This record gives sequence, structure tokens and C-alpha cells, in this order.
Amino acid sequence: MTKVDIIQVVHDKLGYSKKDSATIVESVFDIMKETLASGEDLKISGFGNLVVKEKKARKGRNPQTGEEIEISKRRVLTFKSSQVLRRAMNRE
Amino acid sequence: MNKSDLIGALGKKENLTERQATEAINSIFKSFADKLKKGGRIEIRGFGSFVVRDYGSYAGRNPKTGGTIQVTPKKLPFFKVGKELKERVNSGA
Repeated sequence: MTKVDIIQVVHDKLGYSKKDSATIVESVFDIMKETLASGEDLKISGFGNLVVKEKKARKGRNPQTGEEIEISKRRVLTFKSSQVLRRAMNRE
Repeated sequence: MNKSDLIGALGKKENLTERQATEAINSIFKSFADKLKKGGRIEIRGFGSFVVRDYGSYAGRNPKTGGTIQVTPKKLPFFKVGKELKERVNSGA
């Protein structure tokens, strides 16, 4: 499933034109990206949470050369699925 | 930001009523959940992808009692962040 399929879902289910459906879908992802880029978490009940985590700087090694390197502090994104989704995925 | 904040932001940005924005957000996330339930993959360029990972049965421990328990096989969704979003999150842009 890609953005094209999501636009199709919005078009089929809600009756907007393809063009309007595309605008809406793009907007949703733009808002989510802006929120996460600002460091704010995104919590979608029934689906899951996208959480921005601060990682501290640490020492690492280049696995190819064995050389010690500093891994700088950074922000990463993690996803924790909702229990509702996990249950639904494991129901036979 | 939770789901109602996202609905509010979408309504404001696209001039939708609260009901219209709610329907749009709900149908998008429902289609995601339906896809993952079928074991499918969702790939949004610039955002990331959701895939289903299969985990086999393994012997785990009850963290409270320390007793060994058999964990049954399960499926879990896994998110891989896309390049653009990864960079934006890290730079705070």
C-alpha cells in the first residue's frame, strides 16, 4: 500500500475528487511530519504512537576497521503499536 | 499530538468540517490497520513504512515471578522511518 492507494481509499469512501483526496492525504502526512520534526510525539488511538526519543552520544566502533568512533547524540523515531492493533493482527 | 489534535489541524488546513476531517483521518488509519491485519506492507515516501514481522514461539519469563513461560508465536507491526522524516526529526526542522 502506497500513497496512491490511500488517496483511492479516501476517494472511494468519502466521495472527494481524486485531486481533493490527494490534497487531504498529503496534508495529513505533512502535519504528522511537522509535528514529529518539532519533537512532539504523535498518538493515534487504535493504531499506535510515534515517539521522538533523544539518544545520548556514545562510543562505537566501525565494524569494518575496528576503529573507535564517537556516535553523536541524536533524535530518533520509534513506533509502539496500540494493543488494539496488535490484538487485531493476531486474531485468526 | 493525539488523534483529535490531528483532526483539528487537518480541518483547519483544508477547510473541512470537524466531521469531514474525522472521517478522513479515521478512514486513513482504518485502511492502515486493515492492511497490517492481512500481513501487508504500507510504504509512504518521505515518511516511512510499516511492515509485519513474524515472531516464533520462544521461552520467556514472567518478570514478576521469574517463572518460565512459553510465548506463543505472534505478529507485530514494525515501523521503519523514511529518509526525509529521519533527517527532519534529527535536525529538529
